[in-house]
Amino acid sequence: MLLYTLKRLLLTIPTLIGVAVLVFFMLRVVPGDIVEVKLRGDGGNVTQEVVEQERKRLGLDRPLLVQFGDYMLGLAKFDLGISMWTERPVIEEIMIRLELSLEVAILATIFATIISIPLGTLAALYRNTWIDYVVRIITIGGLSIPSFWFGMIIMLTLLALFNWLPPITFTPIYVDPVANLSQLIWPALAVGYRYCAVTARMIRSSLLEVLAEDYIRTARAKGVYEKLVVSRHALRNALLPAITVMGLEFAFLIGGLVVTEQVFNLNGIGQLFVQSVSRNDFMLIQGMVILIACFYVVINLVVDLLYAVFDPRIRYGN
Amino acid sequence: MEAEVLEKSRAAQSSVPLLAVEDLHVRFETSRGTVRAVEGISYSVNRGEVVAVVGESGCGKSVSALTIMRLLAKSGRVTGGRILLEGRNLLDLSDEEMRAVRGHEISMIFQEPMTSLNPVLPIGMQIMEPLLIHLKMTEDQAQARALELMHQVGITDGERRLAQYPHQLSGGMRQRVMIAIGLACKPKLIIADEPTTALDVTIQAQILELMKNLSRELGIALVIITHNLGIVARYADRVNVMYAAQIIEKGTADDIFLQPGHPYTNGLMRSVPRLDEPRGSKLQTIEGLPPDLRMPPEGCRFAARCPHRIEKCALPIELIPVGDSHEARCHRVDEIMAGTLKVEFPSGSAVTSQAKKSDKPILEVAHLKKYFGVKAAGAGFFSNEMATVRAVDDVSFAIAEGETLGLVGESGCGKTTVGRVVLRLDEATDGTIKFGTTDVTHHSGREMRGLRRKIQVIFQDPYSSLNPRMTVGEIIAEPLKVYGIVPEKKARLDRVGELLSQVGLFPYMAERYPHELSGGQRQRVGIARALALEPSLIVCDEPVSALDVSIQGQVINLLEDLQQRLGLTYLFIAHDLAVVRHISDRVIVMYLGKVMELADRDEIYARPLHPYTKALLDAAPIPDPKIERARAPRALRGEIPSPLNPPTGCVFHTRCPIALDVCKQQSPAVRELKPGHLSACHRAEEILEGKVLQGA
Repeated sequence: MLLYTLKRLLLTIPTLIGVAVLVFFMLRVVPGDIVEVKLRGDGGNVTQEVVEQERKRLGLDRPLLVQFGDYMLGLAKFDLGISMWTERPVIEEIMIRLELSLEVAILATIFATIISIPLGTLAALYRNTWIDYVVRIITIGGLSIPSFWFGMIIMLTLLALFNWLPPITFTPIYVDPVANLSQLIWPALAVGYRYCAVTARMIRSSLLEVLAEDYIRTARAKGVYEKLVVSRHALRNALLPAITVMGLEFAFLIGGLVVTEQVFNLNGIGQLFVQSVSRNDFMLIQGMVILIACFYVVINLVVDLLYAVFDPRIRYGN
Repeated sequence: MEAEVLEKSRAAQSSVPLLAVEDLHVRFETSRGTVRAVEGISYSVNRGEVVAVVGESGCGKSVSALTIMRLLAKSGRVTGGRILLEGRNLLDLSDEEMRAVRGHEISMIFQEPMTSLNPVLPIGMQIMEPLLIHLKMTEDQAQARALELMHQVGITDGERRLAQYPHQLSGGMRQRVMIAIGLACKPKLIIADEPTTALDVTIQAQILELMKNLSRELGIALVIITHNLGIVARYADRVNVMYAAQIIEKGTADDIFLQPGHPYTNGLMRSVPRLDEPRGSKLQTIEGLPPDLRMPPEGCRFAARCPHRIEKCALPIELIPVGDSHEARCHRVDEIMAGTLKVEFPSGSAVTSQAKKSDKPILEVAHLKKYFGVKAAGAGFFSNEMATVRAVDDVSFAIAEGETLGLVGESGCGKTTVGRVVLRLDEATDGTIKFGTTDVTHHSGREMRGLRRKIQVIFQDPYSSLNPRMTVGEIIAEPLKVYGIVPEKKARLDRVGELLSQVGLFPYMAERYPHELSGGQRQRVGIARALALEPSLIVCDEPVSALDVSIQGQVINLLEDLQQRLGLTYLFIAHDLAVVRHISDRVIVMYLGKVMELADRDEIYARPLHPYTKALLDAAPIPDPKIERARAPRALRGEIPSPLNPPTGCVFHTRCPIALDVCKQQSPAVRELKPGHLSACHRAEEILEGKVLQGA
């Protein structure tokens, strides 16, 4: 298993190189660059000379291939380069935000797991009864209500009922857990609702499928308690497809919370993404795309490994 | 101590049967109406007795068994009757009380060992579960008992097996595990629903023998639900025959087999080809289909298919006693029992002259090999190390025009692969395939196009081999269109109608979709599709194994009939020895990719010259209790080895009763021992001279 994991990690290298190449050239195909945004963005009147000078300073005047070679060389040394806007190392820019985004994603996952498993299970066990219908309404709500809107409702509710708003500045959890959680639990809730809805629906349908399997009939024929039939015999099999969905959803949460972050005034990866794109900050965009790609690849690997934990038929390596 | 108490309580209750099903009615609510799945069945099972419930699919035999366990699907409900276990009505118990009965007093063994065990739980856990729950054993006690059970059901190295998962076990092994689970709490009754249907014939014999012995030793009563009359003859004390939700005949095995009182029972026995009777005539068949259970006829339910139906048969009928314990639900049972009415089913014309056979071979296969590469078990992630499965390993045969060549063997023997390679669906690894005079082994797709018309195929599963979104007419017309044989639409319709009537369907059925047809009708559509291109060779891959007994006979007769009329040649692939014997002129027996024996049909069944053929014949149950009881217990040991890692030397030596040292080292050549009789056994000469394998 360890060997397999190592090999899988090695195999991510070509994927990441591909991502790097793609994003590098795609960005350069689009007209315009950071200098224009920086100097002329606000309608400022700057001479061509100054623009050229700035380009030269940032190294944008060099031939494309040279820039590319430079960039790839940097990557080989785990150097993502320097942000063209703030002129701080890209990795530093990302890390500040990643802590926050990662925490929101993890909180949302915990929330979704705790809620979706019982919800999906209940819906499956009481299929086509009022319980199932209630769960269906809840989950369809989660799928159709945008997280940012739900976030706004949460904020307004907090304000209206308790006359309280979560703190605005980010405090790391190891500094002050209460302050940290009282800020991040709300966005996690807002995005977790959707997350939980997707997973609960997945669990419901896969549990229904599993409950119709022959081995469930065998378990009942053995006289196993109904509770055990569900928890020991059915759920373990039914959770497999849910794990896949959760993995993908988690990876999405890392970089995809653009609007929700805005609502809660969080300085996360999503915001940084929007900023860097609107500023044409090539180096930062590249760094972030590679980072997100990394997350997807690693999470996929984790999902595959989890499969092996849950399903003995899957064994990697030997 | 415990045993004594048990003994006493048993003695006290001996007047009450262990299980009594009384006038049981079960209905299913479906979107298309109420299905009366079980209507008024009654039977009893005494302690230590083996009772069989026999019938075709949809007759209600499995539903009645699940009702005893109270494991019916939600749409099913019991609308009447009682199920008494030692006098206690199971239908009155609360869910919790019933749960305590399941697995403790009654256990059930299901048909599909491949899907009946939980794939994510270790075997040991699955065996220990009822012990922990019902007998409140500790983990250690349960583990010890589980080991004992594994030993009892013939699984060696139980300790290691307990930690394994179902996918690491073969089908036969899994069914043994299922039996171990069933036995765990020493139940009074085990219900086995088609326990061996999914298994190979040699494994089937092992499992049935095991169940019979265990039930005898431990005094457990056994209800066997099956469609296989051979099994019934060997193992059952008493038999209940079901048809269309009712029991239509019940009695001892001797009653049922030697003097059946109901025409249906009679017909069932005649429509299966038998190994113990001379062959040469067509099978008698029960024409038609069972009635729709949403609105069954008021009178005798079999009347519509019965050749001896009279006016009275439209009246309702109960079971009529005809002997000590023998009852039949037939208006004319007295005439039948008195011998004044001889039950005969139509069988079409007897096969008087075999279709004209020329000596010219239509298909010649020489040294055919088909190897599949699979990733080696221990191979590294990046390595390309492959293990080779020799699915077909040096197989040669020829089929003459108008002949039927049977290809028999158990699962994994390569018979289907031979068919696929002949059809050029798979590329041969080595060897040659000659069709007529052309070598087609490496024909390209375009070169094959013309030839494909001449070689057609009939598949095993009539349910999945027809496109559900196309009408029957479209399915049959497709090849006509693709090959431009009948370009005009109108003419094509006519041709489809003609083909449908040729296979015994009606032209108006062209409008229907496959799901609107029964299994037998679908298989006829498959045959019509194959015939559309007027082929000269048809590869039949298990064409009847998915069909019910009475339908099997119809399809076999149809195939024979078509062969005579159209001069077809068949390569008939099957696992059922009796069916192959019935239809084939010559037979090849395969095992693990190799030919074991090849001979004329009568020769190979009467005087097999290979111990494997002999073992297969011994393992096949024969529907006659007298013959069955006289036969020695089947002794073929062990499992079929993995084709990934076949034994050295003769591939059969690990299971062979007469293997010598030479068999372990040298692979025997296929040699001709008598004209037309080939065998691949080092000791074939000795068998021929009668020195070994007495009684062969």
